[in-house]
Amino acid sequence: MSFDEIYNIALMQGFAGLSLFAVLLLMGLGLAIIFGQMGVINMAHGEFMTIGAYTIFLLSSLTESYAPGLIQAYFPFAIVCAFLVAFAFGWLAEWALIRHLYKRPLDTLLATWGLSLGMQQAFRTIIGPKEVSPTLPDWLMGSWSPAEGLDIPINGMFVLGLTIVVTGGVLLALYKSRWGLRVRATVANRSMANAIGINTTRTDRVTFAIGCGIAGVAGAAFTTIGSTGPTSGSLYIVDAFLVVTFGGAASLWGTVVSAFGIAQTQSISEFFLSGSMAKVLTLLLIVTILMLRPQGLFASKVRR
Amino acid sequence: MSDKHLPSSSRRTFMLGAAALPLALAISRMGHAAALPTAQVNTTGLAVTDTEVVVGQLHSATGTMAISETGSIQAEQLAIDQINAMGGILGRKIRVIKEDGASDWPTFAEKSRKLLVNDKVATVFGCWTSASRKAVLPIFEKENGLLYYPTFYEGLEQSKNVIYTGQEATQQILYGLDWAKKEKGAQKVFLVGSDYIWPRTSMKIARKHIENFQGGKVVGEEYYPLGNTNFNSLINKIKIAKPDCIFAAVVGGSNVAFYKQLKAAGITGAKQFLLTLSVTEDEMLGIGGENFEGFYSSMKYFQSLDNENNKAFVEAFKKAYGPKSVIGDVTQAAYLGPWLWKAAVEKAGSFDVDKVVAASPGIELPTAPEGYVKIHENHHLYSKARIAQGQADGTFKVVAESPELIVPDPFPKGYQ
Repeated sequence: MSFDEIYNIALMQGFAGLSLFAVLLLMGLGLAIIFGQMGVINMAHGEFMTIGAYTIFLLSSLTESYAPGLIQAYFPFAIVCAFLVAFAFGWLAEWALIRHLYKRPLDTLLATWGLSLGMQQAFRTIIGPKEVSPTLPDWLMGSWSPAEGLDIPINGMFVLGLTIVVTGGVLLALYKSRWGLRVRATVANRSMANAIGINTTRTDRVTFAIGCGIAGVAGAAFTTIGSTGPTSGSLYIVDAFLVVTFGGAASLWGTVVSAFGIAQTQSISEFFLSGSMAKVLTLLLIVTILMLRPQGLFASKVRR
Repeated sequence: MSDKHLPSSSRRTFMLGAAALPLALAISRMGHAAALPTAQVNTTGLAVTDTEVVVGQLHSATGTMAISETGSIQAEQLAIDQINAMGGILGRKIRVIKEDGASDWPTFAEKSRKLLVNDKVATVFGCWTSASRKAVLPIFEKENGLLYYPTFYEGLEQSKNVIYTGQEATQQILYGLDWAKKEKGAQKVFLVGSDYIWPRTSMKIARKHIENFQGGKVVGEEYYPLGNTNFNSLINKIKIAKPDCIFAAVVGGSNVAFYKQLKAAGITGAKQFLLTLSVTEDEMLGIGGENFEGFYSSMKYFQSLDNENNKAFVEAFKKAYGPKSVIGDVTQAAYLGPWLWKAAVEKAGSFDVDKVVAASPGIELPTAPEGYVKIHENHHLYSKARIAQGQADGTFKVVAESPELIVPDPFPKGYQ
């Protein structure tokens, strides 16, 4: 094997790690808001991702049937729709279910798990049990090949770009906007926040819905790399919780760092070991670190 | 016998005849079934009446496996409806009791006991994963039930109480590898699978065949957890190994991610030869034709098979389940179940499980959509192997077919 080839493989492997990082971060981000900031253990997080993915599929089918000329352009618009649809369902779920259970965190676990099963069956009944694949625009498929033997996946770059935009947006909103201020105040001390005139009920609802909306965006982005079926969400839920817990539940920066760490460990060990062994190694490492540091990588400095 | 007894004897004959008359009239209205009274075709207390025979159907209509099992449920129902439209079996209409295994193996076991013990069904069409089959097997053997199992699987099993209508591992693998070597010059093979029993057993057989019988070389063997959606590292390893052939058995949601990422990494059908054991028309819906274009699949049945049986089958299936519905390998194998059972019951002249089982070996089905099948002594089917190439529109083009029926061999020597 020549030096060029080794160089190319190293580059592609580096990008593989980056693209896994983007995937993990994107799926963890919505949960970091809901679980990390609000303390709601949302087992239906994966299903909100699936809602986003199905939104893409429905829009792609509609575009194909009614406006085939727009097939190259519908995707960014569909991602915005995925956010809005998941946002709306999140709003509804918070109003109908979650708000009654804020004081009973373990019951939210059960309730949202029930919600997730119900949603899966609803997908199966309404859309059908078979896996579907939206028609993607041509510019999202294939690879960018700057040199012979070097292929950088375009969908990977797209997901990476989207992740940077969404993460930047969330960080900005949380630390620079009025909404962010209200959320942080509510998280720090609910009754005090209430006393100084913050409508915590409304803040909770918007926050939960935004978390779900971001899950929808994640699901939408994953249609470019994976599948969409009624149970797709369950593929992601474990990884999402892993990323958030490992990073330190209340810290968004923790989520970013933890996604990066897990992705690199996984991707590098996958390259030298087999796929299943790499997963075992990564999980062992996470468990060991969490045993030594139960609060996660980044502990939040919040007075409880 | 003395003369003295004659009158009474003849009177009894007359009485019997008179009593039988209304019955005979009733039966003749039902058609030729009259020949076989229920007491004769059912000596073991199965749910069989003069007009009806009850069978069970046990698949996952809910849960993870519903994706795969829905096609089987539909195909079996179609076959049963067609049989009923022809007058049923031994003059009796088939009534189906549907149970949902819900993708949960203990539920499969519980429901199979319910079907066999409470409902006393004459046979069961069902199961899909090996795990669900293993869960119900002891119950079928204990209660002496009969199961028609449709999925291609890893082999290494044979039961008196099961008829396997899919391929066991060697029927799917060996012809495919031989074809790959002959037509594509595959010497260096990279094996990829999901991490559970079926891919691992299949890849073990593939490795033995490549190394011991073909003189080829396995340049990589990788398994990924079920549900894994990230294959970029694997793809880099494949690029380093530069195989002539990628031999794949990745299943479920992983399957879709695998092909999408191969395409995104520049590994396409035009540049790389890939043969898989796990992509049928059903999976193709999720993967999308553009991602599988040019790759090859090894199965016994493809929807595009060009023969009269298949044309009629595809037409009937689409009429029943919509023009967009597709038929994969297992769906076709599930469709064979009720027909094979009908043939065996009619040959045995009885619904009794022991008699049907005894009659089964040698049963032929010239009307099978896949062409022609026959049940072997070991309860698996003689069937052909076929290779087809994926097209951009999501269909398959059949490019090769084994010249003869392949003898099923669930315990292959030299491959253990």
